[in-house]
Amino acid sequence: MKSSVIVFPGSNCDRDIAVALEKFKIKNQMVWHNESSLPKSDLVVLPGGFSYGDYLRSGAIASKSRIINDVINHGKKGGLILGICNGFQILIETGLLPGVLLRNKKLRFLSKNVFLKVTNTKNQFCANYKNKNIIKLPIAHNEGNYFASNNLLKNLESEDLIAFKYCDENGNIDLKSNPNGSANNIAGIFSKNKNILGMMPHPERYIEPILSGKDGALLFESLNKSF
Amino acid sequence: MKISATVTLKKDVLDPQGKVVNQTLKNMGYKNITNVRQGKYFEIEVDEKNKEKAKKIVDEISKKLLTNIIIEDYTINLK
Repeated sequence: MKSSVIVFPGSNCDRDIAVALEKFKIKNQMVWHNESSLPKSDLVVLPGGFSYGDYLRSGAIASKSRIINDVINHGKKGGLILGICNGFQILIETGLLPGVLLRNKKLRFLSKNVFLKVTNTKNQFCANYKNKNIIKLPIAHNEGNYFASNNLLKNLESEDLIAFKYCDENGNIDLKSNPNGSANNIAGIFSKNKNILGMMPHPERYIEPILSGKDGALLFESLNKSF
Repeated sequence: MKISATVTLKKDVLDPQGKVVNQTLKNMGYKNITNVRQGKYFEIEVDEKNKEKAKKIVDEISKKLLTNIIIEDYTINLK
């Protein structure tokens, strides 16, 4: 399996994700945002960080960068795309994923560990969470408050397009376990064909016990297994 | 030609920054301030003499880049 990590000015999780991909035997290359074409890839990753200093809106400028047309075409053709944190914000701004990410409800930058319920394991990203669907991953963001119209939320629920929901350690999905005010406790969503995943938590930061957790590893194992 | 565009959050969308400014003004003693909404203001210079054409270009870029039309509204003003 081949992956490309797109690097924008201000990306800061690009190397972490590259290490994670390589660790799980996914052959990765870094692609600068100003390249005109995407090398052959099975998976494209938009990493976390603060692309273009979050100018205008988080992800807005990156969503118009030179490489992005190829990324959009890759997604439309059914290729896998993973957007983490700022990468999720970029996916939203390109229109590849629906809805919008607002500022966190309590106006604070959040940097902490959260519990998540993996709500859908029938896809190439989350298959290995089948026997472990309550996980712990770090979040680190200022604009992660997922917002969508009631119709869209209904649609996401009924079509099974929600990947992760914030919960407590027992898996209860409630207001108390919602760190940023996201509608329906949403932490990550899929595109209609489940080939595109956008998520606020950072799986690449928890890939082995020495990093305090390895619940992120299952995501990369799932990806590796799907090829 | 100079054209300005103002982008604000839609009425139904929570504007936390506006709320904080509003609260701070109240704390400063401005009791008659009842609401504040914060937005963005762009001054755009367009190399185009025809007003309508220039306005059309700014309208297009407002839709495509300056505004996230899901949560924001924009207004355009010719100088």
